[in-house]
Amino acid sequence: MISKDDVRYVAHLSRIHLQDQEVERLSKDLENILHYVEKLQKVDINNIKQTTHVLPLKNVFREDVVRTSLKQGEVKGLTQNWQSDSFKVPQVIE
Amino acid sequence: MTLNTLTAHELFDLIKAKQTNTKSIQAALLDQIQKTDHKVKAYVRVFENGETASAPETGIPIAIKDNICIKNTETTCASRILKGFKPPYDATVIKKLRNAGTSFIGHVNMDEFAFGSSTENSYYGPTRNPWNLDCVPGGSSGGSAAAVASHEAIWALGSDTGGSIRQPAAFCGVVGLKPTYGRVSRYGLIAFASSLDQIGPITKDVTDCALLLNIIAGHDEYDSTSAEMAVPDYTRALLKDVKNFKIGIPKEYFIEGLDPEIKSAITAAIENLKKQGATFKEMSLPHTEYAVATYYIVATAEASSNLARFDGVQYGLREQPFPARRTPLIDMYEETRDKGFGAEVKRRIMLGTYALSAGYYDAYYLRGQKVRTLIKNDFDKIFEECQAILTPTAPTTAFKIGEKSSDPLSMYLSDIYTISANLAGIPAISIPCGFAKNGLPIGLQIMTKPFDEETLLRIAYTYEQNTDWHKRKVSL
Repeated sequence: MISKDDVRYVAHLSRIHLQDQEVERLSKDLENILHYVEKLQKVDINNIKQTTHVLPLKNVFREDVVRTSLKQGEVKGLTQNWQSDSFKVPQVIE
Repeated sequence: MTLNTLTAHELFDLIKAKQTNTKSIQAALLDQIQKTDHKVKAYVRVFENGETASAPETGIPIAIKDNICIKNTETTCASRILKGFKPPYDATVIKKLRNAGTSFIGHVNMDEFAFGSSTENSYYGPTRNPWNLDCVPGGSSGGSAAAVASHEAIWALGSDTGGSIRQPAAFCGVVGLKPTYGRVSRYGLIAFASSLDQIGPITKDVTDCALLLNIIAGHDEYDSTSAEMAVPDYTRALLKDVKNFKIGIPKEYFIEGLDPEIKSAITAAIENLKKQGATFKEMSLPHTEYAVATYYIVATAEASSNLARFDGVQYGLREQPFPARRTPLIDMYEETRDKGFGAEVKRRIMLGTYALSAGYYDAYYLRGQKVRTLIKNDFDKIFEECQAILTPTAPTTAFKIGEKSSDPLSMYLSDIYTISANLAGIPAISIPCGFAKNGLPIGLQIMTKPFDEETLLRIAYTYEQNTDWHKRKVSL
């Protein structure tokens, strides 16, 4: 059972503020989806390794050569909150 | 003859014979967009001035899904949160297309962050199916498929995490290929689920699909998960010959919920390929019933992590002023993500965060990753005996706009036949194989073992050359 407090807690972990009616709807939606996903509990996974990745890749390195990265001015198109060659953020330190 | 209704390979022939040029093709496309896109709504951004075109232009203009970065051009994943975001670099596929002399006709619509199967979850509003404007084009690459089907694009790029190229291709009566995981660089594709995402072609026929794959495939040092394997010339696989090919039919894909008209179209396709010399065998993919559940744990978990970067600091939107709830910074994050993300994006971030949270990780995420192994093993076993697997692409034809939008689970289940290929990392294509009585297209899916796109294209090409489905054109 997904309570409204669970939804609020997960919303905080996700850094999403939810309106009250969204909390209500999401607790129903998540309940339904998790109920469906419950079927995974029936599968025998003893001695089965997890697949995090389908290709047999390991230790992908490139040559240790210095390259130029994007210059400060080049990233200003990412956001409108670009000021004095920096990302402007709300006050962090009190 | 209108240029925009031709395929890329037909246009290449005309360019070679000096009977047309890129500018005329571009003009024909812009004209068609002008005439029909107010009905279809495939494009979110049209590059009318050709400002992003490369020189010298020798290629065929292409439509790009709105989650693939084009340098200094707004790229938004059809989300409010990325409004105004102009990437400072090209995705690798864009760079490769530029090098091939290709220009870009515009960014096309999608479900926000590729979360959806109908292109209804877009900040810009839904795209419509060109075959029936009351129906969805499928998704999430619905804009790509609808643009190609309505001749507003010659060809397009989409991305596929759980069927997002193949299902809209099936719904719109075009060809859609999800390459093997690692075949095409994901650099510059705004990530949804990093272990599942692949960029791929959406085209009018199988030949164009091979041509486009030739351009975009290959290793990229900017994507450490791209495979260091040589890229064959895929057009050489376009042989009209499937003699001695053994193709598996997984019985779990022909069960309740499959539209009988689709079932009979697939049966007819099997008979057609039998006549060309292929043999078929009923096989089993025993963990099929767990694929959707596995996917919605693995994909949402990865998505919740990937989308954490959209917090109002570096990208696109920042919502303000923020009501004081916690600290000014956290309030800004929470407010921006509340106002910036649509309902389905919030739902998936929440589900993924839940599956990864303390106390639930083992029961959901870890278990999902283990079931994924079992699903992959099922495919490996079939490929020991068969060169390919043939199935329907989707259990139904395109559904009505609004029909499934209030029930997330029923929407998720429309991907039931496409999801497994992403979990297993194998290539899969959807090609047209008929029309239902309601006039909507039906798609046939072919899957092969990893990096065997050649067999996949060869079977698809053989079938296509023996049928006329791909030649039917929409009238709008």
